[in-house]
Amino acid sequence: MSLETVVFYIFGGLMVVSSLAIVVSRSIVRSAVWLLGTLVSAGVLYFLLSANFLGAIQLIVYAGGILILIVFGVMLTAKSPYVRFNARPREIAITALVGVILFAGLSGLMLATDWPAIPDAAPEREVRPVADIGRSLLTQYLIPFELVSVLLLAVMIGAAYLASPEKK
Amino acid sequence: MTDVYVPWPDRGPKQFRGPAKLIAALAVSIYRVFRLPIRRLAGLILFAAVGGGCVFAWAVFLLFRTVLQVQAHLVATGEVPVGKSIGLEKLRLGIEQLELLTPAWLLWPFQWLVVRDVIGVIGAIAFVSLLAMYAIWWERKTAGHIQSRLGPMRVGGWHGWSQSLADGIKCIAKEDFIPDRADRPLFRLAPYLCFVPVVIAFMALPFGVYWVFRELDVALLVILAMLSIDVMGVLIGGWASNNKWSVYGAMREACQVVSYEIPLGMSLLIPIMVVGSLSLSKAAEFQQGGWFNWLAWHSPWTFAAMFVYFIAAVASCKRAPFDLPEAESELVAGFHTEYSGFRWAVFFFAEYAAMFVVSGLLVILFLGAWDAPWVALAPEGWKDGALWQQLVYGVVFSGPLWFVFKCLFFIYLQMWMRWTLPRLRIDQVLYSCVQVMLPLTMLVLLCSVFWELWLPSSLAAFWVTKVISIVLALIGAVGAIAVLYVAYAGFSRRRALVGSQAVGRPLPGG
Amino acid sequence: MLEIGLSHYLIVSAFVFCAGIAVMTLKRNAVGILIGAELVLNAANLNFIACGRYRVGGLDGQIAAAFVIVLAAAEAAIALAIFLSFYNSHATIDVDHGDALKG
Repeated sequence: MSLETVVFYIFGGLMVVSSLAIVVSRSIVRSAVWLLGTLVSAGVLYFLLSANFLGAIQLIVYAGGILILIVFGVMLTAKSPYVRFNARPREIAITALVGVILFAGLSGLMLATDWPAIPDAAPEREVRPVADIGRSLLTQYLIPFELVSVLLLAVMIGAAYLASPEKK
Repeated sequence: MTDVYVPWPDRGPKQFRGPAKLIAALAVSIYRVFRLPIRRLAGLILFAAVGGGCVFAWAVFLLFRTVLQVQAHLVATGEVPVGKSIGLEKLRLGIEQLELLTPAWLLWPFQWLVVRDVIGVIGAIAFVSLLAMYAIWWERKTAGHIQSRLGPMRVGGWHGWSQSLADGIKCIAKEDFIPDRADRPLFRLAPYLCFVPVVIAFMALPFGVYWVFRELDVALLVILAMLSIDVMGVLIGGWASNNKWSVYGAMREACQVVSYEIPLGMSLLIPIMVVGSLSLSKAAEFQQGGWFNWLAWHSPWTFAAMFVYFIAAVASCKRAPFDLPEAESELVAGFHTEYSGFRWAVFFFAEYAAMFVVSGLLVILFLGAWDAPWVALAPEGWKDGALWQQLVYGVVFSGPLWFVFKCLFFIYLQMWMRWTLPRLRIDQVLYSCVQVMLPLTMLVLLCSVFWELWLPSSLAAFWVTKVISIVLALIGAVGAIAVLYVAYAGFSRRRALVGSQAVGRPLPGG
Repeated sequence: MLEIGLSHYLIVSAFVFCAGIAVMTLKRNAVGILIGAELVLNAANLNFIACGRYRVGGLDGQIAAAFVIVLAAAEAAIALAIFLSFYNSHATIDVDHGDALKG
């Protein structure tokens, strides 16, 4: 059993368990802590898939940025730590049914599909240097890159406008 | 009717039973025997222990390198297939062929990566704990000297050297109090959520050439990520305490750290842009050759970035003057108001470890990593020479010891700032980040881009930049010497500065 | 089972995707719905990177995932700003109370 297998099962398992726990947990802050588990294990899986840069970005942006924003938002809007969701049994039943059917369908589809093999015989196992990602962002993917930067600027202005106390 | 409610009934002193009694008796008898020599020779013992620890770490490091060397040799000669474990005979053969002196049985267990990893993790945790313990003692001494006191002087004899040890034992033995209406699982989780990311950051932080747990090409990003995940522990701890002061502390931490992360990351982009790699080892390699090659003096912009980074780093470690999350005078103790005992200590371990990590980034990216300023004077060939030559080279010219020294210097600067500057208000903190630091960093970043790319590559421009960088290096040298001199001057007059109440008459109780 | 391949990652990501959908349908709290959306995006990212590693090769998968991460960050920032302004006017972020057209 190789190290890769062990790491995959540990962190894949953590990802599955914590995403299930997000569904089940009734306190929003606990959901956010479980989300930390999901995001960190996704980051580790990216490292395992030899996408080091993406793993690091996942940890910085998701786990260090978005998650903290989310918890911050919870703290600003929650009344007390004792607020719990109380979903009705019918809703739970419908959600469980939809979730199970969706999961069964998706995984069945994914396993049944004969994914086309990579053009070269051997898939790329080695880690691509970060410089390659930067180079292709500025050549092949330049237009999406610029669009995203414009979008980020718009988002910054929009968020500042929406959250500002006195408008009108 | 005589029943009176007693909230805490008097139970009498706790009696130890079984193995606990034995251990306590043993500890007392050991203490009786060794009390005198420890009190007399405390300083000597302390320094011997530090030196011994360094030598031990070096020996383990050499062992690891030897294992890798032998493994590579055996694989290259075809004696052993790749990825298979090596038997004792094969190992002995490899050692003989390489003309090494290490016994094979000593080498044998270290051939597996898992064993080396476990030892590395244990080493990192031990380093973090010792560092935090002695940094707390050091901080108390520094605070004392700055405030005309002597700081802890009693415990252990020599300058209260075992004060932190005693505090640590106290913290472990203390009752771990959890408030009645706290969110118990989250309350328990929070300190570890603070501590574990910092230890993981140590896994990516190189201490020297080959002195790194995992050589990552994105080491810088991983360390920054870990420093920002650290915030989560504070947030959760403050929230789970279910105490309004804790929640205020946590919210302040969230806005402060998230906003200071931007100038922090952008000021680190500048040296990274000069080096052209996110790997910290590459950045260290770039600065070989002593004081004048260090990135801090590379251009005026890296020089400015260093100061911006240091301020942002102090803010993201929530040290004074940015210690809003735990502002004692306003928020009791901020996010750790409700914590006591061991969990409280874990928060402090995380804080001091984070101080070391941010200082380490500063040292690696701006100040020549693990080289001494005079590394250029090192005799040829000592780096890979005989064992004693390597030792002298490592101590005097370039090695992990120098890295730790430099980091400790910056930790000392942070302590100095903490006990000198008053705390800012939260709106001042956020103002100084968003409206001062952020535009400044962007300006420096832009100027740095122009400096690196658009400067005409003529000979004249080359010499102009060279002269500017030499001038900056000289300014840096003068500044460093001045800071060290002021620190030394204050330290050497500490006895004279101590208030007249404490000196001149014996302390009560001897 | 011991040799990790593309299908392992696909199963994990399918599970996370379904969990995200379930979170979005089940939670009343707007932040909870945001958490569900983040789960769905993470599942998609895992698929992108796993396919890039095992089938497509090259950097395409990683770059698509990088764009998704950037968009997720933008989405979270805007969504939280909307929640805060909703909270200012309604004193709650329960999405059931957001059925009035006038703000």
